[in-house]
Amino acid sequence: MADPIITKRFEALVLPHMNSAFNVARWLTHNDQDAQDVVQEAYLRAFRYFGGFRGEDARAWLLSIVRNTFYTWLQQNREHAAETTEFEEDMHSLEAGGAGQDDSPEATLIRSQSRKRVHNALSSLRLEYREVVVLRELEELSYKEIAVIVGIPMGTVMSRLGRGRQQLAALLAPTDQEA
Amino acid sequence: MDHERAFELLPGYIDEELSLSESLEFERHLAGCEHCKRAYEEQRQVSAQLRQTDLRMDAPPELVKRIRAALPVQRSLWQRLSERFGGFPGFSVTGRASGARGTPGWAPVGAMVVSLVALSWSAGLYLSMPSGDTHLTQELVDSHVRSLQFDHLYDVISTDRHTVKPWFDGKLDFAPPVVDLAQQGYPLVGGRLDYLNGRAVAVMVYRYKLHPINLYVWPGSDAGATPHIYERQGYHLARWSAAGMDYWAITDAGEPELNGFITDLRAHPAS
Repeated sequence: MADPIITKRFEALVLPHMNSAFNVARWLTHNDQDAQDVVQEAYLRAFRYFGGFRGEDARAWLLSIVRNTFYTWLQQNREHAAETTEFEEDMHSLEAGGAGQDDSPEATLIRSQSRKRVHNALSSLRLEYREVVVLRELEELSYKEIAVIVGIPMGTVMSRLGRGRQQLAALLAPTDQEA
Repeated sequence: MDHERAFELLPGYIDEELSLSESLEFERHLAGCEHCKRAYEEQRQVSAQLRQTDLRMDAPPELVKRIRAALPVQRSLWQRLSERFGGFPGFSVTGRASGARGTPGWAPVGAMVVSLVALSWSAGLYLSMPSGDTHLTQELVDSHVRSLQFDHLYDVISTDRHTVKPWFDGKLDFAPPVVDLAQQGYPLVGGRLDYLNGRAVAVMVYRYKLHPINLYVWPGSDAGATPHIYERQGYHLARWSAAGMDYWAITDAGEPELNGFITDLRAHPAS
């Protein structure tokens, strides 16, 4: 196998999906640094396994490696990354969204508050729901792709999405003060 | 369709993942089921809210740079350097090469040795370079070479500055000036992000005939207003500052061409 050709193919097919890889890893790990470690390790694995990649959807293929890498990482960090971190609020990458809209201070404040609320709600979802919601709503993957990435039947994708959305709806329901 | 089954299919209905017959049956149930109606409304709203809120988080530039740098294509630069120098104590060319054939040799140490070697080698040849800039200059040359080698000249391909400039929005903490110099013989071909001198920088890619010109821009005023042209490893580089931005241009075109490019660029109002 000629090395430069494989590398070129890898660059053309797999490298462009780094933002998706990072986004998924970031939502799974809750943390920038851990997400970076997971993505870097995932790319290392992806390159190693790239010979076995047969030109299906490279993004879905990469994301399944990112997810597997994450679960390996999670097992290694069990004691540190137990459920307690699930509710940890890690908001430092929350600035900067939504440029080019109404930029009055009030509008910006409302936007960032609502974003923070949605962000927190999604962050607090249990991992098994959070991953399907992120893959569906943020990465816009099909049920079939999600089923392959997560390694569950399509029916389970559907039911987890339903439960995840139902929990989010409860979390995001307007409170008395805001209504 | 009973309620339990319909409730199961509800997410699939929202995502348009049901078959036609399932959709029709679901709709028939939905029309007469308050519980499902409410759940449908809630789930649909959550879905819309998640999509409307900008929740995606992009890979930081340093990660992109690290992963790119770790790809074994770097080996060619490595090998060329090692061929030039023969065996060097302290690193093994063969180890690296065989590593790249089987598993990629993701050794940041290797990259460090390369730049050290390149640095000491070039410092000997270009003593006229201001010493404080030597490292940055080397970084620029490396970045320029890599951008050609990786076939990664641009992240956004466009000859239109109104496409290139907005592309940088949200990716940088400054708005790089982008001008169109097609009339002058230096068409804009695209832009990309790079990581240089410890920060994310904008790179506008122009062409003179077949020669790419990489124009690096970031905020600062470290150079004088007058451009200085250097030569390094067969490339021509120039640096200057204007309107609170530091500029570096690098190309394999000749000095007159680079000079002409800079003159035209500086004569043009930035957008």
